[in-house]
Amino acid sequence: MRDITAAVTASPAGTAAGLPLGLGLGNGRAAAAGARPAAAAPEAARAGLRHAEHVMGTVFSFDVRDTPTPAIRDALGRCAAWLHRVDRVFSPYRPESPVSRLARGELGLAACPPEVAEVLARCAAAERVTDGWFSSTYGGRLDPSGLVKGWAVDHASDLLHAAGAGNTCVNGGGDLRTRGEAGPGLPWRIGIADPARPGALAAVVSGTDLAVATSGTAERGTHILDPHTRLPVRTWASVTVVGTRLAETDAYATAAFAMGDAAHAWLDGRPGYAGLTVAADGTTWQTGGSDDLIRVLPQSDAA
Amino acid sequence: MRRAALTTVSSVAGIVLLLSLKPHSTAPITAATDDGQSGSSGNSSAAAPDSGTTGSSGGSSDSGGTGTGSGTTTAAGARDGTFTGSAISTRYGPVQVAVTVANGRITNVDVVQVPTRDRRDREINDYAVPQLTSETMDAQSTAIDAVSGATYTSQGYIRSLQSALDQAHA
Repeated sequence: MRDITAAVTASPAGTAAGLPLGLGLGNGRAAAAGARPAAAAPEAARAGLRHAEHVMGTVFSFDVRDTPTPAIRDALGRCAAWLHRVDRVFSPYRPESPVSRLARGELGLAACPPEVAEVLARCAAAERVTDGWFSSTYGGRLDPSGLVKGWAVDHASDLLHAAGAGNTCVNGGGDLRTRGEAGPGLPWRIGIADPARPGALAAVVSGTDLAVATSGTAERGTHILDPHTRLPVRTWASVTVVGTRLAETDAYATAAFAMGDAAHAWLDGRPGYAGLTVAADGTTWQTGGSDDLIRVLPQSDAA
Repeated sequence: MRRAALTTVSSVAGIVLLLSLKPHSTAPITAATDDGQSGSSGNSSAAAPDSGTTGSSGGSSDSGGTGTGSGTTTAAGARDGTFTGSAISTRYGPVQVAVTVANGRITNVDVVQVPTRDRRDREINDYAVPQLTSETMDAQSTAIDAVSGATYTSQGYIRSLQSALDQAHA
């Protein structure tokens, strides 16, 4: 647990660097703190656990709303260790990772850790369901990253659940999985980032057991390629898919993004999934019947 | 530019409210408002937002002050009462707001202080202040637990809304 504490306390200065956000945060919290320091006591009794783990080139945020028990704390530590293990096994950026060696033909699938075969099978299924719009190759090279991150989040969520944490949100760099409730009688409320306005939201997704994945260009540019032409796709600013398991939900969000205009018909034809697209001009569209699940926010013209 | 400054401030206020509505521990506040820490990292702009629209065009200097307020805590943990935020220094003058919370919901927003040096300032306030109020009321209906968006890098996380949520509740 020592490394976890270090990771959590290492970041406040970083947050302050995001100017408007850091500024607002400090002021808001100061106001609340000045109000009633004594109020912290009952909250502390039912406070959950928070943790941010830097791994796989991004940050995984854990939000456990259950009263922490030794078993839950232990599971959180194992989640962090698990994510680092997944990175070591699956990273295409680590030349020595089993997946990199598999891609180079230095290692057979049978010689890889068993999770590799499982993930590749899930990738193959996602490729079939999406008619090849999801692909576990990038630039012609084996790269299951599009499914691995969501799969890792699902497993972390399962580890917490098995330890007795029934009310959790695990966010893997912007794609997340929720379980249970945010509070007694309260659904989880997931903001969907507005791709055109950093810090602002385009929509809110509400529910209990959800997987929410967003593919977009806001953070890393036009990095999603049409797997058929290998050209960047520019139809959407972002595509969000809501399902129950993040591995598939995340793969479908990537696929729908790559489909361009065909994404709407495809998303509408997927039972058990809902979707939201935000076009480059800010126009939004959502799957039929998803109005209760995905609420698009009115966009102020001020920004 | 003045409009830009005011809308930036209103965005900040919205985020303040968004985050302050949730119960959270008080321990990390010292770090977040510490003059040396937030001042130096704020001014260095090493990880400044990459957009001019909601970025640091306006009220970007921290007054380093602290807010005040009074209130009670409801069963749900949300604090009721009136909370006055820190005055935020902008290049046009200080801006400060206060919000009233009842049963965990914002019921009123008062603008305590805005620049009023000349007629143009007051003209801007006439439309910007109601807008701030309405955006604040909108913000509470969007109080959120987590954010989904395009995958951020470790660096991108620092300026992400998810990072702010993690900090607010850590």
